[in-house]
Amino acid sequence: MKYVLLIHQGTTPTPATPEEWAKLSPEEQQQVYADYQAINQTPGVTPGTGLQLPETATTVRVQDGRTLTTDGPFAETKEALGGWLTYEADDLDAAIELASRIPAARMGGAVEIRPVAEW
Amino acid sequence: MVNDLEAVYRDHWGRVVATLIGLLRDFDLAEEAAQEAFALAAERWPDGGVPEHPAAWLIATGRNRAIDRIRRDRRYEAKLKLLEPAHLVEDDMDETSFPDERLELLFTCCHPALSLEAQVALTLRTLGGLTTEQIAQAFLVPEPTMAQRLVRAKRKIAAAGIPFRVPPPHLLPDRLSAVLATIYLIFNQGYTSGGMLAGEAIRLGTALTVLMPDEPEPLGLLALMLLQDARRDARFDDGRLVLLADQDRSRWDSREIAAGRAALDRAVALQGDGPYMLQAAIAALHTEPRRDWGRIAALYSDLASLTGSPVVELNRAVAVAESEGPEAGLRITDGLDLDGYRYLHTTRGELLRRLGRTAEAREAYLRALQLVNDPPERRFVEERLAELG
Repeated sequence: MKYVLLIHQGTTPTPATPEEWAKLSPEEQQQVYADYQAINQTPGVTPGTGLQLPETATTVRVQDGRTLTTDGPFAETKEALGGWLTYEADDLDAAIELASRIPAARMGGAVEIRPVAEW
Repeated sequence: MVNDLEAVYRDHWGRVVATLIGLLRDFDLAEEAAQEAFALAAERWPDGGVPEHPAAWLIATGRNRAIDRIRRDRRYEAKLKLLEPAHLVEDDMDETSFPDERLELLFTCCHPALSLEAQVALTLRTLGGLTTEQIAQAFLVPEPTMAQRLVRAKRKIAAAGIPFRVPPPHLLPDRLSAVLATIYLIFNQGYTSGGMLAGEAIRLGTALTVLMPDEPEPLGLLALMLLQDARRDARFDDGRLVLLADQDRSRWDSREIAAGRAALDRAVALQGDGPYMLQAAIAALHTEPRRDWGRIAALYSDLASLTGSPVVELNRAVAVAESEGPEAGLRITDGLDLDGYRYLHTTRGELLRRLGRTAEAREAYLRALQLVNDPPERRFVEERLAELG
């Protein structure tokens, strides 16, 4: 089974929010980096690209042939996507275990697991 | 014979479906195959007699039917290789010819990636053999809604890759609690809405204790359900709610009480200390002719530290009131954040009445009256109010 893990940062401190990030101790910051590194090196994981903050998002819709752009993400800012990775695993339990190791899952965000559609 | 067939259906449906799902890895195909096998049995067994190993006969027949269906339907072609050798001779089989995969099925149905509602419906359908209509009625949901719930759950199991297996040891404690919670929810739905679901939950709980004989909590849950179910008939008298102390013990089911105590003893022997076992131990003390309120209070204290539940604290308050007096009980209820919970107010009403604080007791019962909707309970509160004068 192939899964995409969608990482929603929520209120998770990240280096992109320096004030919040600075509230973490150096050890906690190191732990976050170490966790992401371990996840990216897990067999079956293909890392995705990181995303800049949801505030930098532009959302596009087309209505009656007109392109409408709005400032901000499609979802609420705190629910916006922050990054993703793909994971080739035996079953959903393996994907849940990987998701639970992603720092965002324990620091104020959440990880959504979606099976990839196979055509 | 009709009754025999119903008993065979009830006893074997879960086993047959579980093994067919294990073989076919397809819930719908397995259910259809099982249905065909039971239909064939209903046709043949009245004249030809029940085979020596009915479950094996049903599984082999269902499997053969599934192969025929796969041959007819090219969509399933990839599954054919799972079914070598092609056809089996039903009467050569015994129960050991096929693995018993009910446990795998139970853990799959109760996987936390499914909603609790879906877990309950799927467990009742696949392991319990209840029809969609029966499940819909028990949960007061329109049948199409329940059918849709089952379809979505089965689709998610396949699409999301929910494994068909008993979880590995590091996942087992959490997953077993989910299974126990689902069975207990089925029981409680049955406890309030009539007998069928309660009996089904007890059957599932019994099967779980056979499949996991070394785990204390399934035994604790089974004991709890049996001890509660034993008192079901005595809870009501002519539409009137009867408190435990006033129940007619001759209306308790002594066989169920004995079975519940035996299951509890086995859980204790396995050094269980989980929440179901504690609740069963409390329920067992309540069936003693003289209730030991000190021990009941101590067990509630253990249970409260395990669950952190204010409802458990309320129950402890009742036990403490009996063993140490109403004031001690009242002190516990004062600290509880349960204003929307009617039993807090009926408990306080009773304790205040015993202390002669009639005005406060009346106030508590009036608050309870605002929160009840069930007619027997309303009547109960009204009668207490009338007694206060």
